[in-house]
Amino acid sequence: MRRLIPLAITFVVGTVLIVSVFTPPLENIERTFTLFFDIIAVFAFFLGGGNLLRVHISKLRRRKQDWGFSVVTIVGFLGMLMIGLFKLGGSGNIAAPVDETGSLFYIIFDAVLVPLQSTMYSLLAFFVASASYRAFRAKNREATLLLIAAFVILLGRTPFGTMVSGWIPEWLSIAQIPNLAIWIMNSPNLAGQRAILIGIGLGVISMSLRLILGIERSYLGDDNA
Amino acid sequence: MPLTCPTASGGSRSIRNLKPLQFIVCALLVVGSLGQVNAQSDSTILFDSAMNALAPVTSLLAADHKYDNGERIDLSWIPSIDDQPVNGKITGYGVYRLTNAGNPALIADLPSGSSTFSDDNVEPGSDYSYYIVARSAYESAVSVRTAPLSPQREWLNLNRGFLFLIAALISAAVIYFVQSAKRGKKLFVRKISGLEAIDDAVGRATEMGRPVLFIPGIHDMDDVQTLAALTILGRVSRTIADYDTKIFMPVARSLVMTAARETIKASYQAAGRPDAYSDDMVSYVTDEQFGYVAAVDGLMVREKPATVFLLGSFFAESLILAETGNSVGAIQIAGTARPAQLPFFIAACDFTLIGEELFAASAYLAGEPRQLGSLKGQDVGKAVAMVVIVVGALAATLGEAWDISFMQNIYHWLSSVFSSN
Amino acid sequence: MPDLGIVLSLLVIGVGLLWLLIRSLRGQEVERRVIFVFILVAVAAPILFPVTFQEHATPVVKRLFDFIDSLPAGSVVLVSLDYDPAMAPEVQPMTNAMSRHCLTKGHKIVFMGLWATGQSILMSTLQDIILPDFPNIVEGKDFVNVGYKAGNEGVLNVIVTDFKKMFPTDVNGTPLDSTPIMADIRSCRDFDLILSIGGGRPGAKEWVLFVGDPGNVPIGVGVAAVTAPQMYPYYPQQLVGILGGVKGAAEYESELAHRYPRFAHTDQPGLRMMGPQTLAHVVIMAFIVIGNLAFFRGKKVRRT
Repeated sequence: MRRLIPLAITFVVGTVLIVSVFTPPLENIERTFTLFFDIIAVFAFFLGGGNLLRVHISKLRRRKQDWGFSVVTIVGFLGMLMIGLFKLGGSGNIAAPVDETGSLFYIIFDAVLVPLQSTMYSLLAFFVASASYRAFRAKNREATLLLIAAFVILLGRTPFGTMVSGWIPEWLSIAQIPNLAIWIMNSPNLAGQRAILIGIGLGVISMSLRLILGIERSYLGDDNA
Repeated sequence: MPLTCPTASGGSRSIRNLKPLQFIVCALLVVGSLGQVNAQSDSTILFDSAMNALAPVTSLLAADHKYDNGERIDLSWIPSIDDQPVNGKITGYGVYRLTNAGNPALIADLPSGSSTFSDDNVEPGSDYSYYIVARSAYESAVSVRTAPLSPQREWLNLNRGFLFLIAALISAAVIYFVQSAKRGKKLFVRKISGLEAIDDAVGRATEMGRPVLFIPGIHDMDDVQTLAALTILGRVSRTIADYDTKIFMPVARSLVMTAARETIKASYQAAGRPDAYSDDMVSYVTDEQFGYVAAVDGLMVREKPATVFLLGSFFAESLILAETGNSVGAIQIAGTARPAQLPFFIAACDFTLIGEELFAASAYLAGEPRQLGSLKGQDVGKAVAMVVIVVGALAATLGEAWDISFMQNIYHWLSSVFSSN
Repeated sequence: MPDLGIVLSLLVIGVGLLWLLIRSLRGQEVERRVIFVFILVAVAAPILFPVTFQEHATPVVKRLFDFIDSLPAGSVVLVSLDYDPAMAPEVQPMTNAMSRHCLTKGHKIVFMGLWATGQSILMSTLQDIILPDFPNIVEGKDFVNVGYKAGNEGVLNVIVTDFKKMFPTDVNGTPLDSTPIMADIRSCRDFDLILSIGGGRPGAKEWVLFVGDPGNVPIGVGVAAVTAPQMYPYYPQQLVGILGGVKGAAEYESELAHRYPRFAHTDQPGLRMMGPQTLAHVVIMAFIVIGNLAFFRGKKVRRT
């Protein structure tokens, strides 16, 4: 019974959604089911938030290693929750948008979250460099081709590409680095992306059929026996 | 030129030669002729007005929108001849709708130049008719009213007939091969090195006494990649339970946390070690992308896992996670169906499942005939795609380069089939 | 002085790369943190000692520029800010440049977002860029902000047929039915152009799949560089043009300054960032070369 109900729901919802693509009266049902999911996900947040608090409070109580960071987590979590719920520091109107200009929520978003997100994103620049030093090796034919394409794109995305290949005559303009970079994006890259997307699409169909028909059940904690 | 007076015979005589009575008659004739001229001018004005009256739209047609739920009627018309891009008189059009109740209602104000409109506020079973009022600065012109029309609800969208055929073909192939496999037919599936390495990777963690870190992407359960990751988690956690290795699974979504706990718990139970399971194996961190990445990176650097699984839907954080995992010396098996992130995983990880391999993983690992059958069905879809691509490319190239109309027709037909919506 | 600074930086990087080459050829390990220092210098130097390069719009960028330029004054453009502060440095210059272009041409702009963070970013953009550059524009008449709606593709599914059903009012609570800009807008099909700026999900791809293609609406996108390759399959049929990463932003800014000289002296972050991007690319290429030289040398040594 514990497995039967979720499987039945999966089968019914999956089948209805597939049928709705071809049946005009049912076309809007996808929106309804998406809303259902959003509502369930919001309620599930209580579970996640509760788990977060439980883990960090436990760490704090037992004075485990680095328990100080758990204090920061708890204070940040509860603080932003209160500020956002009660619209502290804003116009005083509890129905005002949570991010109205001048509100405490907006100030913390602007002064804390924005710089932190930008910092984390900027790590990518460093990691790309370390990955390219460590991993981009011309170990075989395919890797060599990848390297050459990477070089052309790297140069083509900078003014040096034009400087380096500006001498190439117009009748051979495809060999100019910026044009070559555009060609690589428009032709081999495009072909590869489309092939991967077609494969992914077919993979999703196959996976979805297995889920809808109940052949694949391990996500429910079943060993598919 | 001397002033003259018109005579009754139609000629003229100078007024100097007129006697008084003749002068009075002349004056009357002059005034009369002026009136005639004015009358002429008035009728000219009227005639010009009749000529310059605002023209209404013509050929107003109302048609039921095809293959919908009976909620839309499409209108089309030829704009008024006074609707010109330069010096046009038309300032706009008003669309009026009449229902069974009889009173016309303005439902839309359209700018000049408009020639179509779709009324989305209709219901099947009711009759509607329409007329359009063309407006200028001072006047308006009403079109002929359309005949009453009742929008129909269609139960099948025949526009998507080909889509249905293709979906049916692929689904039938999947079901056929599943049944074939159940009957005992051996199905060949090529080796996927990333999946072959899972057992060794978990074994490595066990030998080194270090944990396994499983990251199921940053999306929720409504993303099929997350489901694929959880199905792989089921297999991986069974091996982990058998080997008695530690697992950490930080997640970015609450629903994923609950589903992952169920999956791992079932694996431990299946391995006969239910007491070894703990809810703390799976913990929710945050929905925020980079907050999650920071937490996971910290976990990697502190716990130094020997094996990292990066399976699911990833975005910009993919390289950050992969490089950090590499820096702590972990063996990394990654897989995603996001083409933009694949290069980062390929560069930084030891094994990468590309796109469909992620979805094939659970079937591959299970080795169960029914699941392997679904992979073969997928291959039929690929074969269809390849044939269509080759035929379409040839048709487009030959049709364009050599102007072969037969090829051009094939190309246009294929375009219409695959762009129907 | 700036030239001296950049020359010194190039010297430091050059010497450092030479040291790295020698060390790598000798088979000695190079700490990751040393690599990070190279990138730090490569990115910081052009910021501290500004260097800008000439940019020329490539066809994918120019097509979008020309499309916006050719729209008649009074056209209504929908701009969707679908990014967060992390992506903002890359795509914000596109938002600034395209908004300036639209307003200069007399187009009306409807701002919205599919990401919650887009709203705060829009507020900053309005405050810091748009209103100072165009002090005479009036909210409701020249631009309107309809806000953010949760629901990802669900939002797009609705607005492609009925925009006001999903957004009945703007962020100030003013009904869109009484907003002059929205007078002739019933659905996304009535917009003259839709610009999606971002790089994640929901983003440019969803706009093409759920609005542009089914609604037959022209769509232009400004995306992060890593997302740009995914958008090329949709160009030129479903997309008017693509601005990819900082380079795309720089090209658009350059084209805008060229056609409308009043913008030549405004802040052009895209062009400014090309300096660090160029130097960082050169350093990364040097890393790849050095790494491969060390790899082949190591192979040779192992063989002997």
